Amino acid sequence: MFELLSFGDAGWGDEMLRGLAITVQLAAVTLPVGLILGFLAAYASLSHARPLRFIGYSYTTIMRGLPEILTLFVVYYGVGLLLNALALWWNPESRGIDFSPFAAGVIALGMVFGAFAGEVIRGAFNSLDLGQAEAGRAIGMTKIQIFRRIQLPQLWRFALPGLGNLWINMLKDTALVSVIALNDLMRMTKVAVGVTKQPFTFYLTVCLIYWAMCLASEFVLAWMERRANRGIRRA
Amino acid sequence: MNPTDILLEYWPRLLDGTLMTIKLTLLGAMIAAIVSPFFALVRTQASPVAQAPLRLYISFMRGTPILAQLFLVYYGSGQFRPFLQEWGLWGFFRDPFNCALLTFALNSTAYQTEILRGGIMGVNQGEIEAAKAVGMNRITTLRRIVFPHAYRIAWPALGNEVILMMKASALASVVTVFDIMGRSRQVFSRTFDFSVYLWAALIYLCITAIFVLLWRLVEQRLSRHIAPKSSAHSPKETSV
Repeated sequence: MFELLSFGDAGWGDEMLRGLAITVQLAAVTLPVGLILGFLAAYASLSHARPLRFIGYSYTTIMRGLPEILTLFVVYYGVGLLLNALALWWNPESRGIDFSPFAAGVIALGMVFGAFAGEVIRGAFNSLDLGQAEAGRAIGMTKIQIFRRIQLPQLWRFALPGLGNLWINMLKDTALVSVIALNDLMRMTKVAVGVTKQPFTFYLTVCLIYWAMCLASEFVLAWMERRANRGIRRA
Repeated sequence: MNPTDILLEYWPRLLDGTLMTIKLTLLGAMIAAIVSPFFALVRTQASPVAQAPLRLYISFMRGTPILAQLFLVYYGSGQFRPFLQEWGLWGFFRDPFNCALLTFALNSTAYQTEILRGGIMGVNQGEIEAAKAVGMNRITTLRRIVFPHAYRIAWPALGNEVILMMKASALASVVTVFDIMGRSRQVFSRTFDFSVYLWAALIYLCITAIFVLLWRLVEQRLSRHIAPKSSAHSPKETSV
């Protein structure tokens, strides 16, 4: 069994490691995209402008109600079609654009992450002490200064547990991109299974790898939470 | 083709898929709902040593992608085919629906156990002492005091879990179960018309919306004794 998972020609260790690299890259690129979308969604749903609020609420509600795999398919095929149509409109002789599954994965997972993160950030924003923002305004800080110096540092503290959960969910959801033919950890495993006919061994291994990543994430998140709360007195 | 034409032509398939999604979700959630109270009791009352295997199981289920779990059950069982055939279980594992159902039930059990554990721990200790004081035995206390209260606390979180289960059930399409997602993929591979996925999205949203509404109605009923009395002017209605 260990020979199958070894590196080099005999085993599938190096192939799976390459897949793991893609999975980690995908998650690492998706995180900032999702966070930005989350902040935009929270900003929209907290806005005083009614149309903006409507957009914010619709986005978070719809994205949270759809299966992640369906979102991935809609993005992969939908954006692919759109890009092709645009390319043809721009230059009728072009042969169309190949929409990469990696980009589709980043967009789809980022949109899902953003919708959930929007709710987390909105909740964190609502639990901020209003008096502090007022105090900031009283001493003449601009809105941006208040956000950057007073609200953002505390927002982080309130939002961190929720965002940490979302990160772990997103890490697990990266497995879905194997369905649209990105060579991530899951897909490399599938390839290995096809050749070796040892499905249980390999899928158990892949489960253990994801499990290890989630446990490591939990460990780091616990440390980050302790760090974020270091200035807070415990009741 | 026009988006409405797709719906007019393929609605029987989508309806069939919808029923499959509902069947998969409800069965999975119900099996988990039957098992999880016992596990939750172990998690709150048993010794740490007795809890260890359960904690390992829950951590594994929550720390791995449900797609990987599904593959582990569906494809992984093939590795033990002679053994399973000997025990007469091969017929069960050969059917993708059974494998998906088993995976979802196992996964949901882990989540529901943790949610219920939170609910049980949220029950006021004084109530349990009061039950003891009036002479209730352990079983009666659990049945009349602990669980009713724990479920009331856990109800919203349990609803979220069922919705997550419903969303996860779309993964069953990857192992050729024809749920909404599976039917949509089938129609797409035939027509190459992208709009079928948008119809699928609409169906999923409708299911979620209806479910949220029903769940909230039950929640109101569960907590009717502590609900704010909105109809204070007509005392007759408050007794409902």
